[in-house]
Amino acid sequence: MSRRSAFVISCLAFGYAFLYVPIASMVVYSFNASQLVTVWDHAHSPTLKWFGALLHDQEILGAAWISLKVAIANATGSVILGTLAGYGLARFPRFRGRFAFTAMTTAPLVMPEVITGLSLLLLFVALEQTVGWPAGRGIGTMIIGHMTFSMAYVTVVVQSRLATFDRSVEEAAMDLGARPLKVFFVITLPIVFPAIMAGWLLAFTLSWDDLVISSFTAGPGSNTLPMVVFSMVRLGVNPEINALATLTITAVTVLVVAASWLAARARRRAAAVAA
Amino acid sequence: MGHRSAGEPWNDPDARPYVELRRVTKKYGEFTAVDDVSLKIYEREIFCLLGASGCGKTTLLRMLGGFEAPTAGRILIDGEDVTDVPPYERPVNMMFQSYALFPHMNVEQNVAFGLKQDRVPKAQIRERVAAMLEMVQLGEYAKRKVGQLSGGQRQRVALARALVKRPKLLLLDEPLGALDKKLREHTQFELIGLQDKLGVTFLVVTHDQEEAMTLASRIGVMERGTIAQAGTPAEIYEYPNSKFVADFIGSVNLFEGRLVEDEPEHVRIASEEIGGTILVGHGISSAPDATLWAALRPEKIAMSLGAPAQTDNVARGVVQDVAYLGDLSIYVVRLPTGKLVRITRPNLARHAEPVERDSEVYLCWDAASPVVVTR
Repeated sequence: MSRRSAFVISCLAFGYAFLYVPIASMVVYSFNASQLVTVWDHAHSPTLKWFGALLHDQEILGAAWISLKVAIANATGSVILGTLAGYGLARFPRFRGRFAFTAMTTAPLVMPEVITGLSLLLLFVALEQTVGWPAGRGIGTMIIGHMTFSMAYVTVVVQSRLATFDRSVEEAAMDLGARPLKVFFVITLPIVFPAIMAGWLLAFTLSWDDLVISSFTAGPGSNTLPMVVFSMVRLGVNPEINALATLTITAVTVLVVAASWLAARARRRAAAVAA
Repeated sequence: MGHRSAGEPWNDPDARPYVELRRVTKKYGEFTAVDDVSLKIYEREIFCLLGASGCGKTTLLRMLGGFEAPTAGRILIDGEDVTDVPPYERPVNMMFQSYALFPHMNVEQNVAFGLKQDRVPKAQIRERVAAMLEMVQLGEYAKRKVGQLSGGQRQRVALARALVKRPKLLLLDEPLGALDKKLREHTQFELIGLQDKLGVTFLVVTHDQEEAMTLASRIGVMERGTIAQAGTPAEIYEYPNSKFVADFIGSVNLFEGRLVEDEPEHVRIASEEIGGTILVGHGISSAPDATLWAALRPEKIAMSLGAPAQTDNVARGVVQDVAYLGDLSIYVVRLPTGKLVRITRPNLARHAEPVERDSEVYLCWDAASPVVVTR
């Protein structure tokens, strides 16, 4: 028994090591005083100087601000469109071409990003030439680009939540005098809200670290954080990047924990109603 | 009981029905869920739709609630045609089988929901919700989340929520189905008390015949989308109009035969299954050569070791099986023809001598007991 559990524990340890050693080393080196990323400076470490430098780097701060704006706008837009699509797919269980519709909403999940990005770029250029919109590319076109794939994730999350939704709850509300639109906003939406929130966080994260589609749809002066980081890294890794990565990992951890907490609460609620 | 004190409006041709179904049919593609049903339900009744699953009883209820539109026919409530009225404008409320409580609201908010939709003043909502929760004995649970309630408490929240709007008609879909047996029996009588106090008309859907017998002023037995028979519990039990109804409510012994004596005051049926004739103490209307069945309830057959005094309606047999249930015992008696007859006897005395298996016994019954059904 004890031998088997030792084996199980070492399996787990290797798995986690594979996943987290690179990240951990990056976090550790973000407190390194040395200018060289791979050489640990025993005399002056640990230090917060790269975090300080980061706060004064206008290029990175500007890019972070753009990324934040794009991520928030993308998450909000994706949640609205994805909720509508998920609601539609969950509520019209049988119609002609349902399979095709489901496949079409989820196709962006598996579509290579390069192809999505390139096709968006071609579309934007063609549109600009024929109708004059969008006039150049920038934050707006990036948001549209990110929404094309983020929305698919939200759709899947919302649709699967609605699939387990007891419809008699909506009928009860209608029976008690609420009109269909009111039922949607007062009953359906609050009940599936945790799923929508989880979708929002997912869409935010996807946008925050997207590089490929951003590169295709960005214009001059609208570089996002991943784009700036990527171009900096090409010229050699700067310890500031380590500090930036540490901050990002912290933020992502907080968001992921929040998202899974919301999802767990949604499941508990669903289970409580079903019981 | 209170709910039966209003008289029997269904026997009064001038009485105005509160709910009326006129030749209602509901089809799903090729499948006919409800087939040309006409039905009148009167004020303050507890009408139970009883049937096996898939007989169309829930579809009928959902059409009254407005959740399904009939394929044909009209539905009238209080004289008004509501066939095309959406659920949120109907003067009826429904209690759902799953209770369908709002999981993101507490008990009080659940019950207040309907009143809020009607824009009732806040002070009045508070008052009516509190009174309603008191009535279903949930006063101290007002602030609880519905996830924290037991099954019986949820059932009462659902009931309070449906009743607080003071509907004239309450639809109940298997209202006690999710409760355990003891709680169910207790709740049945609570439900009757509440209905009597509030003067609401109840339409209950159930598959549990005992529940229907306890609650109902009248029962409608449903079979494959039609109402096979509608009547008081006693009528349904004592005068079933078909083999299906006789067999569905309680248990019954059916003897196939044909008429050999047809008088206005009595008839005699020859049955090969019993190896003789059955005397029935009332006249019937039937074609002379038609096959018919005499239905005899197990508790209406007397069993004795010695020969009975009467000469008609006597049969001999051998006890094949005995089941002791405490309050009564069930005997299965094999007739010489091979037909098995089921008999129940109350265990009146604690140490009554039981009739043993393999005993030779006489069976006899009163001429008033058999019911003749023709289908």
